[in-house]
Amino acid sequence: MKSPLQKTYDVVVVGGGPAGLAAALGAGEAGAEDILIVDRETEAGGILNQCIHSGFGLHHFKEELTGPEYAERFIQSVLSRQVTILTDSYVMNIAPDLHIEVISGDYGHLEVQAKSVVLAMGCRERTRGAIRTPGFRPAGVMTAGLAQKMVNMKGLLPGRRIAILGSGDIGLIMARRLMLEGCEVVGVYELMPFSNGLTRNLVQCLDDFAIPLRLSTTVAFIHGRDRVQRLTMAPVDDQLMPILNQSWQVACDTLLLSIGLIPENELSTRLRLKMDPATGGPQVTSTLETSLPGVFACGNVLHVHDLVDFVTEEALRAGRFAAEVAQGRRRPGDNISLQTGENIASCVPHSLSPDREQVVYLRVKRPLKDCVLTIGDRYEKVFRMLIPSEMIRLTLGPEILDRYFGEHLKIEVHPGEVA
Amino acid sequence: MVEKINLTCLGCPMGCPLQLSIVDGEIREVTGYECKRGEAYAKQEYTDPRRMVSTTVSCPTGLWPRLPVKTVDPVPKDRVPAVVQTLHTLEVKAPIRMGQIILENVAGTGVTVIATRSLPEMPEAD
Repeated sequence: MKSPLQKTYDVVVVGGGPAGLAAALGAGEAGAEDILIVDRETEAGGILNQCIHSGFGLHHFKEELTGPEYAERFIQSVLSRQVTILTDSYVMNIAPDLHIEVISGDYGHLEVQAKSVVLAMGCRERTRGAIRTPGFRPAGVMTAGLAQKMVNMKGLLPGRRIAILGSGDIGLIMARRLMLEGCEVVGVYELMPFSNGLTRNLVQCLDDFAIPLRLSTTVAFIHGRDRVQRLTMAPVDDQLMPILNQSWQVACDTLLLSIGLIPENELSTRLRLKMDPATGGPQVTSTLETSLPGVFACGNVLHVHDLVDFVTEEALRAGRFAAEVAQGRRRPGDNISLQTGENIASCVPHSLSPDREQVVYLRVKRPLKDCVLTIGDRYEKVFRMLIPSEMIRLTLGPEILDRYFGEHLKIEVHPGEVA
Repeated sequence: MVEKINLTCLGCPMGCPLQLSIVDGEIREVTGYECKRGEAYAKQEYTDPRRMVSTTVSCPTGLWPRLPVKTVDPVPKDRVPAVVQTLHTLEVKAPIRMGQIILENVAGTGVTVIATRSLPEMPEAD
């Protein structure tokens, strides 16, 4: 088949999930004319297509949508802008001069030249190998997101009697989903002494269905030669090591893992972008540009978000800035660098410019009550409660940033009186 | 006697912790919410708890064999299993467009169920 692609594009977006779709829209709004999205799946929309529950869009659309609805609205807007979406296609390599190699299901090997690139590859789930769970290697151990795709898109049940390790939102959502599909969910187990899911998901996914949540607990052994038969569960000590003499057995045929997400940065590392070990994503400036000029990053490949609305917001900006670069427009460089201080796990972007309002996303290292967040010595904000699973979003206007010209700023959170 | 009930608002992902003061089975005061959805949620949850339902129905001719659907309004919490069971017996034919009505008055709740995505037909194999 003859390739539908042009030789050059203003902006090439890698990934057609929520980040890639919004980046393409942002680029179009900022005047980029030729925009290409490359996605490896059969259709754009990314993980939203399998997230059939509602809870998306309250910020961006001011109404609560399901994942597929959120995705379809964006796909429609993107297609109305004459953006080319190349599906069943995989970006093999991006050269430092932004020459891009693609393998396409329909068209074979393709090469295009981009004026700017937006990385929007998203993230993938951590698997059993990442936590080295001892035991046999039977069928029935899989990530929660894979089970979600099986159930919601392919109409397949992963098993009948399900245990879930990890209390992240995907695990909680799948606990409810599998109960509604007639499975028995024997419990959700969390290594940490606190849940990593949204409180409302603990209520509407676990409490509503009387599914127990056991904190400070892990899977110590997986039993079953061909199929999972049971698990040895154990409480963990302060060092998160299982206390085996207090273990117990749980009979089940399936173990779902919801144990964290890893930004998918193979292309970024091959490009030798400067990475942030705290986020697992590239370091970016206030225009979401990576250490290689012309290459931008947004969404879960940059840092794992908990709300798709924030992915959209970030990606719209990345797309706009990528379009500016493609059109030869350059903004002055940032002159404020951000550093993570006490109790702050991560911070994006990594530098700021006082010429416009800035959005900064932060995560704390541990749950904190009644605390004060400080940026340098001239900004503070009080929070009633901060938890690692809920990202903090700050907007900083020029009137605040102007106070900090040319400085290294440390962001810290200090707990107040312990409640 | 004032009875205190703690709830988590399900109105949005913020999940505000709500406290209801109940006197003689009537809500006297709701605190803890950050937007008006919280107050409305507390009253609804105390008097008539409801949930949105999203699930899938069979669509054997579709690009995917399952079509995601949702109730356009929340249904009584204790009717959720009946709603899901009814939808599991349903089969629809592709193509489907997003927002298309899949079933009215699901399980006698008076609530309509719509498709939450467009689903083209499975293309013929080459």
